[in-house]
Amino acid sequence: MSTTTVQKTATKEEGEDWQPLIITFCCNWCSYAGADLAGVSRLQMPTNFRVIRTMCSARVDPEFVLRAFSKGADGVLVLGCHPADCHYIGGNYRTRRRIALLRMLLEQYGFDPERLKLEWVSASEGPKFQQTITDFVKLIKEIGPNPLKEEQEEQQH
Amino acid sequence: MGKIKIAQYWGAGCGGCDVALLDIDEKILGVAEIADIVFWPIAVDTKLKDVEAMPDGYITATLYNGAIRNSENEHVAKLLRKKSAIMVSFGSCACYGGIPGLANLTNAKSVLEYVYTKTPSSDQQNSKDPVFPQHETHTKYGDLELPVLYDTVKTLDQVIDVDYYMPGCPPTTNLINQFLGIVEKHVKEGVPLPPKGAMIASNKTLCDECTRKKTVKQVDRISSAFEVDIDPQKCMLEQGVICLGPATRAGCGAKCLEGNQPCRGCMGPTDQVQDQGGSMLSALASIYKVQDKETQMSEDDILKIMTQVKDPMGTFYCYTMPKSIIKRSVKERPRVKKEAAP
Repeated sequence: MSTTTVQKTATKEEGEDWQPLIITFCCNWCSYAGADLAGVSRLQMPTNFRVIRTMCSARVDPEFVLRAFSKGADGVLVLGCHPADCHYIGGNYRTRRRIALLRMLLEQYGFDPERLKLEWVSASEGPKFQQTITDFVKLIKEIGPNPLKEEQEEQQH
Repeated sequence: MGKIKIAQYWGAGCGGCDVALLDIDEKILGVAEIADIVFWPIAVDTKLKDVEAMPDGYITATLYNGAIRNSENEHVAKLLRKKSAIMVSFGSCACYGGIPGLANLTNAKSVLEYVYTKTPSSDQQNSKDPVFPQHETHTKYGDLELPVLYDTVKTLDQVIDVDYYMPGCPPTTNLINQFLGIVEKHVKEGVPLPPKGAMIASNKTLCDECTRKKTVKQVDRISSAFEVDIDPQKCMLEQGVICLGPATRAGCGAKCLEGNQPCRGCMGPTDQVQDQGGSMLSALASIYKVQDKETQMSEDDILKIMTQVKDPMGTFYCYTMPKSIIKRSVKERPRVKKEAAP
């Protein structure tokens, strides 16, 4: 799907054909390989997500997540290695604390905190990647479009 | 050579910045030597119409303190921009929105409603027909006008073009002296001014200036400052008190920490970071101790630990909400539960 079509469908506010846009951060060692496995295994899943590979889930600065929301992402998914499996020993412990705090913060901003999700996906868990994506897309479709994007669009008109 | 002309104005601020300018002691005589104060509502009796009568670029430097919160703040900021050669964003409110910026968590209507009907000191607490300030009031003596309160508090540079920034709540005498020194040298000796957009402060974090001892660099619990008997030699964070030092620009001389109080972040983020709150949140999460049974813990258990931070927004974005990435609160629509497709 080309970028222009993504933007067109994603900005459509109402109606059944609104498609959420989800940013997925995958760590290089586990989750990106897991996503790769899901791909080569030809597991079917919605195409609403864009993967950004980081060396570790702890590389996902809170600023990345906030910027994703400010630029109109409807959901952000952070995927990393299972606890005790981090390639860098303790990166994912930092991530889970950050995500917990960020969710508290997003709630104070007025966002539904469930727009941000943390999940552990190992290199061998292609089906879990598929399941996580499918469930998250379904959840975001229930929650609806990013309210910040809607406000920005209203101001432009 | 004639004297330079300076002006100071307050937007949505507390007046502390105006006092800070007087707080430079005998240096104020040096200011009087090189400069004429042409507009300063708190100290000099110049009216707005006098400013309007000045030719464009007449004022050498304007120090604008306070955020932009109503139509009057915005009008005067734009007017002063036109009349001044140099515009300085003075103090945390002008640079980052400051404490008034926290009003971005709500809107103008709720703010007025709270202040005029719910505060304990309000006469209208139980009134059935409360009175609110109006933008226009018609009386038999003529029409009266009040500025319009905006829903969103803005920083000065979100409204006009700003040349220099001077953060701090208020900017310390050191920083003010530094700036006045620059201007004085420029006027007397022709030394060029710093590049546009320069921050009159350090570009390192406060931890660099702070003299407290940092040893373990780890937090195992989070408490409020009043709950702990704070050791004046030891790092605040190591004692479990949230101190915004790791995410805050240096330049203030770590005065709060000298007074045994944690940093609340009034100097804003360094140049490398836009979102001070996000940066501090990240730092705090990184140094929070790994638990013994960490591998068996669920995300809810972690959330329980992190709720020791009572008010993440008020703690991490105390001064920088309007300059943060999200900028203000949003409103979600009610969820639509969709029936599963057959």
